[in-house]
Amino acid sequence: MIKAVKKDNKERRSLPKAPTGIQGLDEITAGGFPRGRPTLICGSAGAGKTLLAMEFMIRGATEYNEPGVFMAFEETASELAQNVRSLGFDLDELIKEKKVIVDFVRIERSEIDETGDYDLEGLFIRLGAAIDAIGAKRVVLDTIENLFAGLQNQGILRAELRRLFRWLKDKGMTAVITAERGDGVLTRNGLEEYVSDCVILLDHRVTDQVSTRRLRIVKYRGTAHGINEYPFLIDEDGFSVLPVTSLGLQHEVSDERISSGVPRLDTMLGGEGFYRGTTILVSGTAGTGKTSLAAHFVDAACRRGERCLYFSFEESPGQLMRNMRSIGLNLEQWSKKNLLRFHSSRATFYGLEMHLAVIHRVVENFQPKIVVVDPVGSLIQAGNMRDAHTMLIRLIDFLKQRGVTAFLTNLSSGGEALERTNVEISSIVDTWLFTRDIELNGERNRALYVLKSRGMAHSNQLREFLLTPKGVDLLDVYVGPEGVLTGSSRLSQETREKAAALVRQQEADRRERERARKREALEARIAALRKEFEVEEHEAETSEDQNAVREELMASDREAMARSRKADVTNGTSKKRRE
Amino acid sequence: MAKSRKSQPEPLSLQEIADKNEVPADDVWELRLYVAGQTPRSLAAFANLKRICEEHLPGRYNIEVVDLVKHPQLAAGDQILAIPTLVRKLPQPLRKIVGDLRDTERALVGLQLRPAK
Repeated sequence: MIKAVKKDNKERRSLPKAPTGIQGLDEITAGGFPRGRPTLICGSAGAGKTLLAMEFMIRGATEYNEPGVFMAFEETASELAQNVRSLGFDLDELIKEKKVIVDFVRIERSEIDETGDYDLEGLFIRLGAAIDAIGAKRVVLDTIENLFAGLQNQGILRAELRRLFRWLKDKGMTAVITAERGDGVLTRNGLEEYVSDCVILLDHRVTDQVSTRRLRIVKYRGTAHGINEYPFLIDEDGFSVLPVTSLGLQHEVSDERISSGVPRLDTMLGGEGFYRGTTILVSGTAGTGKTSLAAHFVDAACRRGERCLYFSFEESPGQLMRNMRSIGLNLEQWSKKNLLRFHSSRATFYGLEMHLAVIHRVVENFQPKIVVVDPVGSLIQAGNMRDAHTMLIRLIDFLKQRGVTAFLTNLSSGGEALERTNVEISSIVDTWLFTRDIELNGERNRALYVLKSRGMAHSNQLREFLLTPKGVDLLDVYVGPEGVLTGSSRLSQETREKAAALVRQQEADRRERERARKREALEARIAALRKEFEVEEHEAETSEDQNAVREELMASDREAMARSRKADVTNGTSKKRRE
Repeated sequence: MAKSRKSQPEPLSLQEIADKNEVPADDVWELRLYVAGQTPRSLAAFANLKRICEEHLPGRYNIEVVDLVKHPQLAAGDQILAIPTLVRKLPQPLRKIVGDLRDTERALVGLQLRPAK
């Protein structure tokens, strides 16, 4: 019983946290920095320490109603205000509203001499006064290590820093202390000795001439936290950390079906098309109509009034729209109505993280229902295979969580197994359409089939895929004794079959006529026989009559003869007869 | 050291003592001593400063004592971090001496009353 209560208490007493408000950082720290305790941010020059600290304070002041004091040891208040203005923060306004105090501490080694004992009470008083002036809850010391350059007596300095962090804790300040990374150690002056609750390391690496910023939580006492290195970005909207994989697979699913824009394809997909919020991959060799399928999908979505975002890594919006006009799709109208937005950039233009962040950002701003990435494979150029893979998983997770239907295209290069994607995402997509070309009799034709489609009874048939001026059309391929035929082979086969059918028909007609003729002949004969028979019958009847007449005549003759010849003999008789 | 200070007649306030010695002169040294409350270290610093001035700048100095506990907003003006800090406002250039001025030699060097050896 007691144990249970204790445990319960322990859970409830989990470390209180101060949210940073920075995209992604709160996720991996499971809520933010430790409330009422100092956090150390270390990193080499240009790693983004000051910005992270600044954004923590500004977001605290603006979003969490926690005013902050920024004690700057490196840059003046106006310099800082200028720096963060480019990131969309108006520091001057916040200072005016008394939500933030920026105190610049200048230490000029050349004008300071030291003699005898001293302490840093001046710093304490300054900080204390600033905290009290606005009722601050957050404190940033950037970069307090500069004190080591300004003051000689390390013993006093270390003791005073220890006292300072203790004092900040006692005052309940959520403090962020930045420090320069030392050679082989976290900080140049060993500040991690004093700040041991939470240590965050920022890193800036250049691999293959593409730079990536990364963040790692080295230590976070008393709480669970992400332990990986997380890429982060600094762009016009400030700091954002991108969790390497999303922290869960808990996105909502939808039963809604949406059309692919090609009626026959919908029929192949259980009759209704794709599920909303799923990931669709179209892969295939070059020129098999992947982009055209994407355009159809986009067109159908825009027709339903849904917003679409099209990330193109190979074609400019103008080129894309012109090309799609050739198959009868007018994408310009949707673009003008702001239902369709293109985002074209070369994959090599920036690193993968930047791509991902840009996609994040644009998706957040535009709030589309459909996102097309065409083609995903080109992202490999912006990083290596592994990074591209994790980036795509993150992208798919991100889109799924928002219920966005993702339509990805991928180029399969010849020479390798076709039913595989070069970024190995086939296992995480829900619907995989495959377009391929069939080479036969000196021509290439396109074919399409559904390789997989989770959660629906989809067709297993190969369809011939035609790009007509009226759009994509799917036809049954000819499957017969001569194999799978497409294109003109299919046409010629069809013609041949038609001819053969005609011949067969003619043959049948001929036989039919023959039969009819025979029947007629037969019937004629039957009629003739019947006539003959009738004649015979008639003759027979007439001869019968004649016979009868003759008989009578003969009988009367005989009587007459007998009467004439033997009257006596026959007298009696004749008498009797007469009587 | 602390004992010897205790035996001194009780100074009412550092500022009062400083005011007593206000002697206008042609090239007056403007000195400002930043302290935080009347801590032993502050008192020591003041006593040391007073002694040095009497010895080397008799009648030509002016000491202003700023207690940051009372006026915390003044700390920013002269960029005060350490306590006690002595600021030489005049003559130019501005000099800062951090500490209780226990080491007279270094204090004199810091005030540029004696060239550094």
